[in-house]
Amino acid sequence: MNPRMTRDQLLRRGAAGLTVLSLPTLLAACGGGDEATDDELRDVLNFANWPLYIDIDEETKERPTLNKFTQETGITVNYFEEINDNATYFARIQGPLSQGRSIDRDIIVLSDNERFLSLIIENGWAEKLDKSLIPNIDNLIPAQQSPPFDPDREYTLAYQSGTTGIAWNPNQTGPVRSISQLLDDPNLKGKVTMLTNMADTMGLVLLDNDDDPTAVTDESFQRGIDRVQAAVDSGQIRRFTGNDYAEPLSRGTIAACVGWSGDIVQLQLDNPDLEFALPEAGGMIWTDNMLIPKGGSVPTACTFMNFYYDPVNQAPIAAYINFIPPVAGTKEVLIADDPEIANNQLIFPDEETLEQVSQFDSAALSNEDYIERWQSVIGA
Amino acid sequence: MGSFFHRHRGLTPYLLLAPGLAWLTLFFLLPLAFLGYQSLQSGSFPNYTFTWEFSNYAKAFTDFRPQLMRSITYAGMATVLALLLAYPLVYWIAFRAGRWKNLFLLFIVAPFFVTYLIRTLAWLNILADEGPVVGVLRDVGVLADDGRLLATPVAVVAGITYNFFALMALPIYVSLEQIDHRLLEAAKDLYASPAQAFLRVTLPLSAPGIVAGTLLTFIPAAGDFINAQLLGTPQQYMLGNVIQSRFLELIDYPTAAALSFVLMATILTALLLYARIVGSEKLTG
Repeated sequence: MNPRMTRDQLLRRGAAGLTVLSLPTLLAACGGGDEATDDELRDVLNFANWPLYIDIDEETKERPTLNKFTQETGITVNYFEEINDNATYFARIQGPLSQGRSIDRDIIVLSDNERFLSLIIENGWAEKLDKSLIPNIDNLIPAQQSPPFDPDREYTLAYQSGTTGIAWNPNQTGPVRSISQLLDDPNLKGKVTMLTNMADTMGLVLLDNDDDPTAVTDESFQRGIDRVQAAVDSGQIRRFTGNDYAEPLSRGTIAACVGWSGDIVQLQLDNPDLEFALPEAGGMIWTDNMLIPKGGSVPTACTFMNFYYDPVNQAPIAAYINFIPPVAGTKEVLIADDPEIANNQLIFPDEETLEQVSQFDSAALSNEDYIERWQSVIGA
Repeated sequence: MGSFFHRHRGLTPYLLLAPGLAWLTLFFLLPLAFLGYQSLQSGSFPNYTFTWEFSNYAKAFTDFRPQLMRSITYAGMATVLALLLAYPLVYWIAFRAGRWKNLFLLFIVAPFFVTYLIRTLAWLNILADEGPVVGVLRDVGVLADDGRLLATPVAVVAGITYNFFALMALPIYVSLEQIDHRLLEAAKDLYASPAQAFLRVTLPLSAPGIVAGTLLTFIPAAGDFINAQLLGTPQQYMLGNVIQSRFLELIDYPTAAALSFVLMATILTALLLYARIVGSEKLTG
């Protein structure tokens, strides 16, 4: 054989290499692939998550829950705090995923109050869960068992939830218990912010209009848009925010805003006066979901999900990050150690509270015409 | 090797140019070509197809004209403001600060060791309704008692001015620093008043610095979106905000790409006008 490779050979071998590389993915997609390495448990889990979204030991900077997982399973976790917002993260991973390349992550976490989660499922960029490896899935709370974007939980499992309601600073205003008050009260003029997130803000406005945010129609959407637009035009709404409302709310630069329960629990540690409530017409609920992007290791990811759905493992996470855990039994585990957290309505809402919250219409979430109109109201 | 270069002496300039050209091709021309290709696509994510869709440009021009005008206006105002603030400051440093020159230059540059985003967030505190700046302005009657700075064009323009200040100050400093003091002495000998000496000698000699500073400030400022997003309201949003929302939220890559070209063309037009006014030889130094 000629030891020197011609350019032609190089190209052909390169092409063959590419085919080999994508073969396991193809086989997995066909449901076959018994010899594909994807079916084997790996000794490393690549886990992409949001910042401050898992318990951490302030002194050692170690993550106790992840360490415990490694001890029990021998799987090391590469934990990437790289998701800061759904849109940006999606823009980053859609390139490789659309070309059938792996993004080297076994679990990513995306929110269901934006369109990107369902976009990934619809485009076939998520691996199916292997539920035989997740017996603890029985602990999934009933409210989370059949979300509109994944009715049978084939691809996703809830990571944490939170509610969207109205937060206010009592030094600036009395209680703000409705969107009408937020949008019309002259005392709040120019001291109100709303979230840039369409589902959260429009959901609350629709509820206030007596419309159903779980089944949005062109008419009800337009009624909602008109109300927000009027409040923008009158100067009632100062601006639209991500979680950057926290600082101005705490300082009193803004008096009241649409905000997220988990943020407020954390803000209350420094500023116990701050108030948060679901509006009288009802609040919204959103959930961040774990999913396995194409090319991720299903067995490894599912092993972690099973660990995560054990209430004993979930309790320290819930106690630390203050969102609503989707794992039944967590409250019971916590009640002995940390009754204050176990009895916090913002972390463990009771049945009555859960009846007041709705999840935004999944189809409306992906409706490009709606998104475009919403983006134009918030100025872009 | 030596003999190779000797024999092909004509090649040397090209070899020296090669790394720069390769860099420009790889990181500027190719992405630009891809952006151009994308701007003429139609369809919806993830199935965009190339169809010479020139209507993307029509849409970019007509639908987002207010934001485009704001980009140019705010960037222009911030550039003029930065120039007015920077010139006297660096003039003083170059001619009067003596051995403290480097220290004062450090003061100008030091804030820029901090991330852009954090600097802008700091302005949220500086300009807060209950903060010191607004308090003083209310006391002296510049602002009404319920007046505010945040969420107004003033805050956005101030934020942009601050964020690009060093890019304006440093080139002017360099050109002032290089001025031969004997030229000023000669002007004085020829009975020029200090004002005349400044206008006839110092200012023209610092013009290259002014031009460089203006370009370095205006171009990135026109594409900025952070200041409008954090310090402004929807009524202050600039074209950068629209591009961001089109690209990230709507996943509308063709319109986002077309908008980028529109912004680029607008900036180029503004620069050509500027070149006509100040004279093109100063633009290129």
